[in-house]
Amino acid sequence: MTVLKTDEAAEKAGAPDAAVSAGSGKPRRFEFLYFALRNKKLLLGLSVVVLFVLFAVFGPLFVQHPMLNYYIPFRPPSSSFWFGTNYFGQDVFSEFVSGLRESLLVGLLGGCGATVIGMTLGFVSGYKGGLIDEALNVLCNIFLTMPVLVLLILVAGFLHHTSGLIEGILIACTTWTWSMRAIRAQTFSLVSRDFVGLARLSGEKSRQIIMREIAPNMSSYLLLVFILSFGGAILTAASLDYLGLGPTNGMSLGIMMQQASDWNSLQLHLWWWFVPPGAAITCIVGGLYLANVGLDEVFNPKLREL
Amino acid sequence: MRRYLVRKLIIYILTFFVAATIDWILPRLVSGNPISILLSKMSLQPGTYNATYKLYMNAFGFNRPWWKQYLTFWTALFHGNLGISIYQFPKPVTSVIADYVLFTLALLIPAILLAYFAGNRVGAMAARRKLLDNSVLPVSYLLTATAYPWLALLLAFLFAAGGIGHFFPISGGFSYGLLPSWNWTFIWSLVTHWFLPFLTLFLVAFGGWAIGMRNLIIYELESDYTHYLEALGAPTRLVRRYAYRNAVLPQLTGLALSLGMVVGGAVVTEVTFAYPGLGYLVFQAVGNNDYFLLQGIFLFIIAGVLIANFVIDIVYVIVDPRTRVGISGA
Repeated sequence: MTVLKTDEAAEKAGAPDAAVSAGSGKPRRFEFLYFALRNKKLLLGLSVVVLFVLFAVFGPLFVQHPMLNYYIPFRPPSSSFWFGTNYFGQDVFSEFVSGLRESLLVGLLGGCGATVIGMTLGFVSGYKGGLIDEALNVLCNIFLTMPVLVLLILVAGFLHHTSGLIEGILIACTTWTWSMRAIRAQTFSLVSRDFVGLARLSGEKSRQIIMREIAPNMSSYLLLVFILSFGGAILTAASLDYLGLGPTNGMSLGIMMQQASDWNSLQLHLWWWFVPPGAAITCIVGGLYLANVGLDEVFNPKLREL
Repeated sequence: MRRYLVRKLIIYILTFFVAATIDWILPRLVSGNPISILLSKMSLQPGTYNATYKLYMNAFGFNRPWWKQYLTFWTALFHGNLGISIYQFPKPVTSVIADYVLFTLALLIPAILLAYFAGNRVGAMAARRKLLDNSVLPVSYLLTATAYPWLALLLAFLFAAGGIGHFFPISGGFSYGLLPSWNWTFIWSLVTHWFLPFLTLFLVAFGGWAIGMRNLIIYELESDYTHYLEALGAPTRLVRRYAYRNAVLPQLTGLALSLGMVVGGAVVTEVTFAYPGLGYLVFQAVGNNDYFLLQGIFLFIIAGVLIANFVIDIVYVIVDPRTRVGISGA
């Protein structure tokens, strides 16, 4: 939903300052940094995300009780079991650490994949126009109206065995529409600019024009699209995992919630089993959305005064 | 206006065609077809297995050329025949779906509409009002960033399982001790079971609408017509009313686009609360390897989303006069 908001917001506010920044080098970049360091939303959002990424990277160093060891079940959080133990007596903290790694990786894979597919189709569609654009746009609209999660359930239901890799690819293949929509609209507004016309006159090939003239001039926009895709992929993966259609072997934040729900953590009041994974997802995705709004303000001078 | 609606309609028909084709192709694409999985549960002797396998392949028509299977699929579809459910054998898929669809509609329609109206109102109020903005915006961001399963679990724990109290029942569509009938006890049971799943869907969607409307109103308040109105000395309320009416249009497009996501959220929520809607049924179908039911529900949900999309398109034509005279084909 938020993807769409930025999309329309950008359309309303006019294209980002992209074209202006073309050609001039360092001063502009420092200016971005100047505004970036003073943007509270960006700093807060980014630091939350970075914190969780660092935790995912170095977390295993703090795990004292390996995931497959069994201790006394139903133990609330304490100094030796930071997040308590679950129904089976496993350490929730160690589950959380490996679940966080998996969820971030799947989200990254899904987000990157969706952005790359969306970029490719969006650039081609926006640059070529005409019949190709018409065809790609219809394709985009078809997948835009389809309920992604239900489609994924259908696919995963037939697959029987999934891994994080397959899950990430599936998410990328079904959620690229949002980035394509956004990038296509931006490309449209850039294609009619003089510098693209000049590049065409000088005989550059279409691919070169897209890579050298158009893409760099909306790099800020691409970053925003990626951030939103990343957050969206984490949420989608969490729902899919929760339904038991995620990675068949392994742990993720969604799988933690699934197990907690399956083994009556609600009735047994084992809140420490399902609160940490969901809270982590909310913090990461919220951080990403916040950083996205902050970056939007940094890149788009029209929004700065607000 | 005619062109606009016809264009939309063509895209919807195409979408349904693609969805149905995906629906048909998937089981044939995946290694280990549904029949071998079904038979593997029967633990048969190799000789018997092969014979049974052949029998079933014949019975389901899997040994015919693919284009013939595809045509049969469409013919059956036009006759409203989605096959027989395995999970609730021997009920036809369509009548299984009919048992569950009302619960889903009762959940989705109020959640979508109320979240849309409330979110837009609150978002519009929050725009350019420091105090309200500082409270509404962070809450809205947290809500949109929340995963459906977590919010559902959290609400179930706090309000149904005794985290705060046992205000609502934790699972089901109505109390198991009651028989469906139109008396107040039964209706009250329906309402209490309905509330928490509804609240989950409402809250997540609410955040998105509030953020969107707030941003759009701010853009509208920057535009020329606002400045002109202000220069004329129009009261703030009037200016905001104009801003709201303009900001509603992109939100309406957003409503159509958000349907798919809400439906996904409903699946997760219904599973959490064991609420007997289509989402819960999909989950049961996957768990019981009931492929006909799975395919049937998928098509049914797609058709529902497409119809809802078309209704929103018609509303858009009514709300935005430009589409009526054909100035802009949004």
